[in-house]
Amino acid sequence: MVSGGVFFQRESAMPQPSISKSMTIGESGLAVVFAVTAFLCVIASAKALDAPFAFHAGLSAAASLAAVFFIFNRYYDRPAALPPAEINGRPNYNMGPIKFSSFMAVFWGIAGFLVGLIIASQLAWPALNFDLPWIQFGRLRPLHTSAVIFAFGGNVLIATSFYVVQKSCRARLAGDIAPWFVVLGYNYFILIAGTGYLLGVTQSKEYAEPEWYADLWLTIVWVTYLLVFLGTILKRKEPHIFVANWFYLAFIVTIAVLHLGNNPALPVSFLGSKSYIAWGGIQDAMFQWWYGHNAVGFFLTAGFLAIMYYFIPKRAERPIYSYRLSIIHFWALIFLYIWAGPHHLHYTALPDWTQTLGMTFSIMLWMPSWGGMINGLMTLSGAWDKLRTDPVLRMLVVSVAFYGMSTFEGPMMSIKVVNSLSHYTDWTIGHVHSGALGWVGFVSFGALYCLVPWAWNRKGLYSLKLVNWHFWIATLGIVLYISAMWVSGILQGLMWRAYTSLGFLEYSFIETVEAMHPFYIIRAAGGALFLIGALIMAYNLWMTVRVGEQEVQMPVALQPAE
Amino acid sequence: MSFWTRHQVFEKNSIILVVGILLVIAIGGLVEITPLFYLKSTIEVVDGVRPYTPLELAGRNIYVREGCYLCHSQMIRPLRDEVERYGHFSLAAESMFDHPFQWGSKRTGPDLARVGAKYSDDWHVTHLTNPRAIVPQSVMPGYPFLSSTEVDPETIADHMRTLRTVGVPYTDDQIANAAADMKAQADPDNAGADAFTKRYAKAVVRNFDGKTGTPTEMDALIAYLQMLGTLVDFKLYNEKANLR
Repeated sequence: MVSGGVFFQRESAMPQPSISKSMTIGESGLAVVFAVTAFLCVIASAKALDAPFAFHAGLSAAASLAAVFFIFNRYYDRPAALPPAEINGRPNYNMGPIKFSSFMAVFWGIAGFLVGLIIASQLAWPALNFDLPWIQFGRLRPLHTSAVIFAFGGNVLIATSFYVVQKSCRARLAGDIAPWFVVLGYNYFILIAGTGYLLGVTQSKEYAEPEWYADLWLTIVWVTYLLVFLGTILKRKEPHIFVANWFYLAFIVTIAVLHLGNNPALPVSFLGSKSYIAWGGIQDAMFQWWYGHNAVGFFLTAGFLAIMYYFIPKRAERPIYSYRLSIIHFWALIFLYIWAGPHHLHYTALPDWTQTLGMTFSIMLWMPSWGGMINGLMTLSGAWDKLRTDPVLRMLVVSVAFYGMSTFEGPMMSIKVVNSLSHYTDWTIGHVHSGALGWVGFVSFGALYCLVPWAWNRKGLYSLKLVNWHFWIATLGIVLYISAMWVSGILQGLMWRAYTSLGFLEYSFIETVEAMHPFYIIRAAGGALFLIGALIMAYNLWMTVRVGEQEVQMPVALQPAE
Repeated sequence: MSFWTRHQVFEKNSIILVVGILLVIAIGGLVEITPLFYLKSTIEVVDGVRPYTPLELAGRNIYVREGCYLCHSQMIRPLRDEVERYGHFSLAAESMFDHPFQWGSKRTGPDLARVGAKYSDDWHVTHLTNPRAIVPQSVMPGYPFLSSTEVDPETIADHMRTLRTVGVPYTDDQIANAAADMKAQADPDNAGADAFTKRYAKAVVRNFDGKTGTPTEMDALIAYLQMLGTLVDFKLYNEKANLR
């Protein structure tokens, strides 16, 4: 862990007004709540029905005590007055939580890619499961998906959204402790979820595996996140809400709705980890993929499109290509995405009418997706030459190209006849990773390369050459990964349905597993390259913070962008 | 006033924007999900589907815990090759008591919707302990630790009670005898075995892991695997009446 000084900067040495120092209601209230929580958690840990629950309750007691300590320590350290919203007419931006979240994003990213590499290797060489419960594929796979989507992606989204909302509203982040509660609370949720998977605590709903107590905690954190974000927008000095903030809002609001819809579970006991979901069978399946596909649609798409709408124009120093296109893009995307879930359930016991609706809307979804892609790419009009000189911009632009590719592939795979071949195979895995590594990964890396120098007040990155290396190594990794999965997926799908001339199934199942072996090795190699790229990024960002040159603030009078 | 100027109401008012988002995202979910709760044709009318026995339920929880659903689907699609490879396509009714559903989304291993009674208990014990001892090319992890861990018959009634609250029709009789039934299903010599089979139609009483004493996780998981897809008798199933 790094020292606190990396994240906390004493808020400018202003002359101290002589007011008596007292705790805010937020500080004292939260300290009491955490003290009570710590006490309850100790009792829960002692009376727990199963070991993982006892562990999590104990961990929560320790975390709550740490929170109480953190609140008091911060109180004794801070000046009597809370940081002002403005200093000399300029907004006094709150960068601490953004720095913390950016750091955690890099940390969890590397952890998540590493676990991905491990499980890819387990599929190629099953001996790597070592016959141990905690590290076998079935428990590590949710750890991988949660670490990359929610831990890495989530921290990137929180960091960038807190940055973008402040800058585009020209207002300090709402709340004093609340932003810290969001970033620390969210990362604590990740910790509980991740250790839970290793201990076998899961409700088995893909991308919604955490059990009831983790879900409850996430709900509290997420509502606070919404309030901080919305509160900052309400304080804005700009008449308009910037496009990126619409997408962030849609992401935050919809994820809350999806989370609540997919997770109503009844615990067997309030002192145990196991719960049973309210929905059963077919309804549960539909709720799950309504959630699952829109975790893609709103977490991995809407949120990262917000990044595209802020960071690409900023880095290219060009305005967004078309404001009207972004309005159409926004409403069409969020309206159509919600319908697409049933394409995960083609030819299952789900009624045909639902499947057909899901397929129809998935195909229509191609249009707003490409509308958004065009809006992002065309923002470079007149600045295309920067792709040669700025590897960060290149990463951002290539991410949009990957977005275009996977949002073409997705609608195609949602067509029932195509799906009859692709479903249950590695083609889906390849599709997901072209979106996850190419789109979400690259747009996140690009955003972090921009955000870290901005948030830490550095003139620029430590090394653009290293960004170039990261870009090419990771791109090569993605190409290896997705082409291996395309070939293995289509090959396996075709082998399953192959018939001999006498009308018998040609291959036994295990023959199709055997045929996957070389592709699983290529995939693991691709994943290793992607991980190496991320390590290069981590070093580069670390050096940017450690040795980068301080940027001198130029006092410029700001004009509202009406 | 053009459409674009009218849109400013969203651009200048965050609360209206949030309400707009909520309305727009609500439509799709409401249209696709709500009818599944009241349209009668959603779940077929079938004889034979029953809630899981206590031992099967414990086995199912192990299946969930170890993440088996990540590599094995339980959903046979009505495609020629699948029906020939795995058996009759899956019905909605067959998973109506599943909280959560286990249809899966990936087949790194074969579908398990009808794996019940396909292999012997011995086969399963050996295979789960070391998959490559039976199928050399398999990439499945080994689960030898299941044999050495006992299941807890005392708490299973609480699980059944919770499931009853969310809609699984366990009877008072089934819940009252849960602990005894769990032991009985893994022990053919148990005095309660007959009463147990009366409570659960088509339930199989066997010593699944071949070891005496309290049932192990291996017993439970195999009991679950051996009942998958065996409850509906497709000789009696009326395909036409349930055509959707």
